[in-house]
Amino acid sequence: MGIAQKESWGTRVGLILAMAGNAVGLGNFLRFPVQAVNNGGGAFIIPYLVCFLLMGIPLLWIEWSMGRFGGKRGNHSTPYILDTMHRSNFWKYFGVFGIFTNIGVAAYYCYIESWTMSYVFHSVAGTFRGLTQGEVADFFVKYVDIGSSTTGIPFEAVVFYILCLALNTFILSRGLKGVERAAKVGMPLLILFGVFLAVRGLTLGTSGASAEVPGASAWDGLNFLWTPQFSSLSDPRVWFAAAGQIFFTLSVGMGTIHCYAAYVRSKDDIALNAVSAGFMNEFVEVVLGSSIVIPIAAGYLGLDWVKENAGFGMAFQTMPFLFEKWGPLLATFAGVMWFGLLFFAGITSSLAMGTPWMGFMRDEFGWSRNKGALSFGLFVLVLGLPTVLFFQQGVFDEYDYWAGTVSLVVFAMAEVILFSWIFGMDKGWREINDGADLRVPRIYRFIIRYITPVMLILVFLGSLLTPEGNNWSAAFASLFSGEGWPLDNGSIVRQIANTGLHERIAQATEAADIKALKDRLFYTNLARTLLTLSFLFIAVLVYLSGVRRLKAQSKPA
Amino acid sequence: MNGTALTLMVVVQATVLCITGYFFYRVLTTPPKAEPDSFSENDEQQR
Repeated sequence: MGIAQKESWGTRVGLILAMAGNAVGLGNFLRFPVQAVNNGGGAFIIPYLVCFLLMGIPLLWIEWSMGRFGGKRGNHSTPYILDTMHRSNFWKYFGVFGIFTNIGVAAYYCYIESWTMSYVFHSVAGTFRGLTQGEVADFFVKYVDIGSSTTGIPFEAVVFYILCLALNTFILSRGLKGVERAAKVGMPLLILFGVFLAVRGLTLGTSGASAEVPGASAWDGLNFLWTPQFSSLSDPRVWFAAAGQIFFTLSVGMGTIHCYAAYVRSKDDIALNAVSAGFMNEFVEVVLGSSIVIPIAAGYLGLDWVKENAGFGMAFQTMPFLFEKWGPLLATFAGVMWFGLLFFAGITSSLAMGTPWMGFMRDEFGWSRNKGALSFGLFVLVLGLPTVLFFQQGVFDEYDYWAGTVSLVVFAMAEVILFSWIFGMDKGWREINDGADLRVPRIYRFIIRYITPVMLILVFLGSLLTPEGNNWSAAFASLFSGEGWPLDNGSIVRQIANTGLHERIAQATEAADIKALKDRLFYTNLARTLLTLSFLFIAVLVYLSGVRRLKAQSKPA
Repeated sequence: MNGTALTLMVVVQATVLCITGYFFYRVLTTPPKAEPDSFSENDEQQR
């Protein structure tokens, strides 16, 4: 454990920027506006802010204080942080989620990050010049089809993926100082690029209207995003979406915040640091994230197009085409800024995903930074290559669902219960307030004890038993009329059984369609097997570390 | 933009911006704790 103690943050601002960088990800620019569009536009922001105050902020305080509490006892990863809070094998092995999730998410997240690297290159090279909207969209499809190449480099997507992973590994091998330096460069640049594009989005107005879309207006996009529809406040679907967005945007339930905070001493503040990092993330999401994609897309393609096509793919399949309308020079700058900001958002998050594994291997097996970083890179490469090679067969989506969605919800729900009800609110409240440079409002003692756990349990149940078509009123009506709870194929219960895929196979009539769907089922199960094996591998390491600790304790002094 | 949307946008964005700025200002102006603290870059200055 001696080696791990040598790691420390350089400055307080560096720690906050690294924490904010961990939270700020591609979702701030892509997921948030799309969620808003899909959940009634202006109806979304009110539940979103309520969830931020009742679930997001409490979770940040909980994770920061759990991390610092574990760090005091020389633990920098969740298996032993959780074990320190309540000594039991259950919590120690439950803590495996806090390492597994990071590796599982990094495996596919680095692939998206590598797209942004590649698109910066293509923006500079002028690849998108003169292409139609369809051709720009096809370019992305061609890029992820690893059999073809857009640059002449064979297996281009794989090459960029490995480059991206190598860069992450190199920075991680510099330890916390490397992560801090990356955040100190990346975050200000991200904000600078974001402000430029947001100003463009907010001032575009109707100047993007064309003969094909004469009514296009950026104002329509902003109106749709910001006009409050109070009637939607009674729709559980909107609340679930808002809670889910808060959850993912803050990168809670992953184990990264615990790891970063484990290097903070007990007399130093966490309360002010946590809200500073949290609000910086909100600034990027609510101020910048809402002012770029939707208004720019609505400004050129019209609001109807946005409503029909809003999705993650817009970043790569639509934005380069829209930038080209600004002329060659500005299009190049805008492309570099847009994909550059996505790259910085991505890398500051993926670096955070490496630290729990490195902290664990250093604490328990005495591994050096280089060994820890290299082993992380190799682990992610082995787990991530199938997402690159079989992207179109659904491996990527499967990782995103199980590692990037379900694991987070399960872990966050359990850690809140551990903190508030098992560790105990008296001790928990003391931990949050120890060395605090901010007076935490006393109401949060009640919120953390009752409101946040209940909200997380509801989010979990909502994911486990999502009703058909996400229609909660119809589901309750069906339940009370004795017809049972109609489950959606997107619910965890149905996902486990692959119900949706089996239904599609049963309905398909063409032999080629049936084969494609059966292939997808095979790759879906392959992805799940790989994730399960990864989880078990980490659990075995935790077991071995326990044996080492017992041996060390039984050695005569 | 319609008035309601513009009002909500300005109020929400300005509030988030002010709170972010306020917390960051607090971080920058709060004196560091006595050494040894969690941060290594001020170690020499404090001793």
